[in-house]
Amino acid sequence: MVGDVFKALADPTRRTILDELTVRDGQTLFEICSRLATNHGLTSSRQAVSQHLDVLEAAGLVEIRREGRYKFHYINTAPLEPIVERWLRARGQT
Amino acid sequence: MRITVMSVFVDDQEKALRFYTEVLGFVPKHDLPAGGARWLTVVSPDDPDGTELLLEPSGHPAVKPFRDALVADGIPFTMFAVPDVRAEYERLRALGVRFTQEPTQMGPVTTAVFDDTCGNLIQIADPS
Repeated sequence: MVGDVFKALADPTRRTILDELTVRDGQTLFEICSRLATNHGLTSSRQAVSQHLDVLEAAGLVEIRREGRYKFHYINTAPLEPIVERWLRARGQT
Repeated sequence: MRITVMSVFVDDQEKALRFYTEVLGFVPKHDLPAGGARWLTVVSPDDPDGTELLLEPSGHPAVKPFRDALVADGIPFTMFAVPDVRAEYERLRALGVRFTQEPTQMGPVTTAVFDDTCGNLIQIADPS
């Protein structure tokens, strides 16, 4: 699981997607693509962004919530907790 | 060549006419019988001789899967210009319009995306 998180975070576009979800949580694919293009000059195709989101979702870093006909993406930082636990908190305790 | 008419698919022409006039503020231009449906167009009151928007019935079987896929991904079917997206967002929200994207600075413009209640998402943009 932690391996998936590192793999998901290894890609700069995926980190940028998480940055933009931090700015405003709960975005459609369209909004994410627009933000990547206009704020970061990342003109990946919608399909490519969708695949990035699939990777982030598989790692648990993004959650998809359906609301009627719409689909929104939310950041979930819970999978980062074990990392903090392992190298920051554990070290602080010793 | 000029763009005189563009169309949006609508689930119900009468309901669409109400939304596009009473909520969005367009005005009716043509309303003619056309083979069971109506040739129903609206225009901007600021530009009555400008591009007409045709409220086209969405009955063709290809429309639903196409539109469902667009709406799920938040992709607007088309875009309208407004002087001030934030002001329009507040006005439309007060009228109960559902937005899938709140006003957001996108490079040189501010954009927002709302549900037209007739099956489409529509983007509004201003030149802020």
